[in-house]
Amino acid sequence: MIPLNFYLILAAALFCIGLFGALARRNAIGILIGIELMLNAVNINLVAFWRYIKPAGATMDLAGQIFALFVITLAAAEAAIGLALVIAIYRSRDTVNVEDVNLMKW
Amino acid sequence: MSLSVPDLNLRIVVPALIVSITALVVLLGELVTPAARKRWLGYTSLIGLLIAVGATFGLWDAHATAFGGMIAADNFGLFLTLVILLGALLSVLLSVDFLRAHQVEHGEYYMLVLSAVVGMIVMATATDLIVIFLGLELLSLPLYILAAFKREDGPSLEAGLKYFLLGAFSSAFFLYGIAFVFGATGATNLTKIAAAIAKNPSGDLLLVGAGLLLVGFAFKVALVPFHWWTPDVYAGAPTAVTAFMSVAVKAAAFGAFFRAFFVALPGLAMDWRALVALIAVLTMTLGNVAALLQSNIKRMLAYSSIAHAGYILVALVAMGAQGSSSALFYLLAYTLTNLGAFGAVIALSDGARERLEIGDYAGAAQKQPFAAAALTICLLSLAGFPPFAGFVGKFLIFSAAVETGWAWLAVIGVLNSLVSVYFYLRPVVQMYMTEAQPGWDGSATLTTRIAPLVALALAIAVVGVLALGLFPTPAIALATGGFVR
Repeated sequence: MIPLNFYLILAAALFCIGLFGALARRNAIGILIGIELMLNAVNINLVAFWRYIKPAGATMDLAGQIFALFVITLAAAEAAIGLALVIAIYRSRDTVNVEDVNLMKW
Repeated sequence: MSLSVPDLNLRIVVPALIVSITALVVLLGELVTPAARKRWLGYTSLIGLLIAVGATFGLWDAHATAFGGMIAADNFGLFLTLVILLGALLSVLLSVDFLRAHQVEHGEYYMLVLSAVVGMIVMATATDLIVIFLGLELLSLPLYILAAFKREDGPSLEAGLKYFLLGAFSSAFFLYGIAFVFGATGATNLTKIAAAIAKNPSGDLLLVGAGLLLVGFAFKVALVPFHWWTPDVYAGAPTAVTAFMSVAVKAAAFGAFFRAFFVALPGLAMDWRALVALIAVLTMTLGNVAALLQSNIKRMLAYSSIAHAGYILVALVAMGAQGSSSALFYLLAYTLTNLGAFGAVIALSDGARERLEIGDYAGAAQKQPFAAAALTICLLSLAGFPPFAGFVGKFLIFSAAVETGWAWLAVIGVLNSLVSVYFYLRPVVQMYMTEAQPGWDGSATLTTRIAPLVALALAIAVVGVLALGLFPTPAIALATGGFVR
């Protein structure tokens, strides 16, 4: 069986790639994709922990899996709102580059 | 495989249910309400919120949990529910005429405010990390839209996008922290986490998880160094929305913050208190110093809200019953005061043209004595002058810190309050001691009449600030409620 650490390292790497994308990208959509990667890293963690660490006395504790489903649902809701905002910005300014969205000092 | 039905105990979530139903009624009502009658949707929201306040009082001392221990009606959560509902009531009062003046009178506005309120109530009463996260997202998603509610307005859209990107970013950190805490303890329920930590108080996973949780909360309540979204979002968002999110989000997020660190993580106590004390010092100092440099009143109030988050954090460091009750009282006082201040900013605008530069307030006291007096009282209360609510709040927090051996932290807090007096008094000096500038393009048309609902909200805020300052005992007694464990 693959040890738990492998999953955690995979998740950490994915989280860091997403973090880098969110910080280094200048395109709002790119930032959004980076954030989605971070959320997916969390899902890997949640499911791996659920599989490997059974809480004592619990016969049917599905917390980890249920939580991952919640995260997926909320990521979808977040993406919907984020894309709506990006489209609204694009309509008014013809750009989705966050460096150009700077009416106020950052 | 046996499937046990959890104890639903719906009675506990009645306030959130009432607000949800009101949100749906408003959303449906929007379809059938003619454009000229949109304010009725605001009145509907007010009625729903008032019923929810009544339901919350009905649950007082219930001290019970629902949904298998995922959500609790303890007096701590119920007090915060009241604070959130009060904040929402005053915000809706401020919004009705604001939306009309800014030509964004859409019924969805009230629906979004009410959904955010549901999320806040869920977050403040949640006793499980899954539910805390659910509440956090339920309050954040509507607020992203609300910040960008003036779709034609550049700064508003920009505020919405910035709030969204940084909010989603911080949610990812928060979730990663929850995943680690879940991995280290095998539980998401705060009480079970505390039990697991009591058995095994160390561990790298747990420390990483607690640290990431701290980062996630720090983003939401705007603590240094995770505060930089605040000034832009508060300045760009429509003023009525800024008023709402500056108080209600803080109440909900601090509720979950306190609950997580008091109930689940006290086993780690020595590890995190010094760190949180350091963050509190940085937050108070940077918030107040940056506020000194602002010329825009909304940015100034944004930095002031960062500083106030720092004061509340002092109560978290103090811990114990005194820490939680002083923080609750402070959140109530801060809600009334800050809503009063933003309400006065709305009252002092000319229709859609807002006075955002502090210089614009020159001579405002002669034109609008009531709004100017309300702004003065609220700013003095924010600065911590007796006999206003802000003074009692600061006194309670700092005395809690002194009694638990954090006297140096209280001293830094008091010094910070002294610094803050300067920038809080600047608009007051402008209003009372400067002649109105004839050249300012709005001064000739300044309306001397305040919309009745705005006046009502201001009156409630001012009376509340004075009442809490002069007779704080009943509110302190209400705030001493503990947690369900």
